[in-house]
Amino acid sequence: MAKGMVVEHLNAWFGRHQVLRDVSLRIEPRAVTAIMGPSGCGKSTLIRCLNRLHELVPGARVSGRVLLDGEDIYRRGLDPVLVRRRVGMVFQRPNPFPTMSIFENVAAGLRLNGWDRRLGPQAVERSLRLAALWDEVADRLHRPATELSGGQQQRLCIARALAVEPEVLLMDEPCSALDPASSLKIEELIRQLSRDYTVVIVTHNLQQAARVSDFTAFLLNGELVEYGPTAELFTRPRDRRTEDYLTGRFG
Amino acid sequence: MRGRSLLVRRLTSLVMLGGAAVCTVISLIPLLSTLKFVMGKGLPALDLEFLTSLPKPVGEPGGGMGNAIVGSLIVVGLACAVGLPVGVGAGIYLAEFGRNRFGGLVRFVADVLTGVPSIVAGVFVYVVVVLAMKGFSALAGGLALAVIMIPVVTRATEEMLLMVPVSLREAGLALGVPYWRVVLDVVLRAARGGIVTGVMLAVARIAGETAPLLFTSFNNRFWHAGLDKPIATLPVQIYTYAISPFEEWHAQAWAGALVLVALVLSLSILARVFAARRR
Repeated sequence: MAKGMVVEHLNAWFGRHQVLRDVSLRIEPRAVTAIMGPSGCGKSTLIRCLNRLHELVPGARVSGRVLLDGEDIYRRGLDPVLVRRRVGMVFQRPNPFPTMSIFENVAAGLRLNGWDRRLGPQAVERSLRLAALWDEVADRLHRPATELSGGQQQRLCIARALAVEPEVLLMDEPCSALDPASSLKIEELIRQLSRDYTVVIVTHNLQQAARVSDFTAFLLNGELVEYGPTAELFTRPRDRRTEDYLTGRFG
Repeated sequence: MRGRSLLVRRLTSLVMLGGAAVCTVISLIPLLSTLKFVMGKGLPALDLEFLTSLPKPVGEPGGGMGNAIVGSLIVVGLACAVGLPVGVGAGIYLAEFGRNRFGGLVRFVADVLTGVPSIVAGVFVYVVVVLAMKGFSALAGGLALAVIMIPVVTRATEEMLLMVPVSLREAGLALGVPYWRVVLDVVLRAARGGIVTGVMLAVARIAGETAPLLFTSFNNRFWHAGLDKPIATLPVQIYTYAISPFEEWHAQAWAGALVLVALVLSLSILARVFAARRR
């Protein structure tokens, strides 16, 4: 189920402003890859290129290749909708569908894609269990999703993304809008998910990157400065700029 | 120095607040006095007979606007049947796909149409439909009202859809849902309350239109006899009675006005309750 991704010479623009410059990296399957860097370095843009969301912003452009299980997701004639079914995403702010219940939110991906209805209830329970939310909501599945706390809403969004059984899960600063206790829960969850899923997480929180990830990429001004196993990058950074960032000299 | 500027600020705030309160009261005066007038003059002439029977000839007591009430519902219903799908559809187009020159043109035309006097819509339908069908008809009346309704609904729908945050659209798209389904099932659902309100405002407006109906649906002293026949409507009936020289007809015109207000009000309450419950 879990597949790796390979990014080759990726460039991205907003209008004339180039936000990513020649980024290449290999995202290992069944592992957590953290992308860290100061604000505005292109972290979010990078993961939004991995499920072809970046190009939806008016004026946005991408060049380069991104391989998912060996296949270029930017291949001519490939429908981005098909890419997004295989590469799920969780956003910075919890964004459950406000008009839907907890159950409907999790089932949304299945229902809106017109898949088998009968699989619904099992798929919803499985996803909520995976997202460590089942015990908290089992008795109120049909209450509005907006009644949940911020941390619960974010786990609901994770469950919603998992319900369509993606091969890769992208997370764009999933804890930045949450309190420390909720953040910790999500981090534990990320560790567990990495047994079955390929997870890419964007974070500006160094400790979080160190805690949850197996590999870390350090991005600065749209360039990939350094990439490697997390333990190595944090203890023996090869690049001067990585060291400066880790020791808090900027960012 | 500091204390003085604080005093000045407080005074300014007080004066502004007072000004806003006065303006609110002034804006309420015509509204409330209209309601009071319509109630005061309309209630005495309002009874079951008025609601259920046909108009009587001059001089005969009694009679009512039953046919005009039914007629108004039919004509407004026709206008909605045509205007809602077109208006909401065009609004969706503008909000989701209209960031180009064609969209800009449509938006401009819709804004111009919103400002066109309603009688012009009537003239247009008179030329295009009434002359072609060789006669006044309920259908023509409905179409004239639809012409007035469409730009209002279009712009209201567009604005409500644009208020739905981008993050919701992205949440849907990130699930691998095709864009059109995200629009229908996520964006439209989230904006439903606002769209219903916009639609109700449009319905309230067309329900009271008189001018475009004068030479499209015309009037009829009898019950509804088919969409291709002239039909009585409340505004036209009120107009006819109000300009007549007869005392009883004046009283009936007031009663008709009261019924019209009540109809529009209950329609909009119904729509709001419905929208709130489905949420």
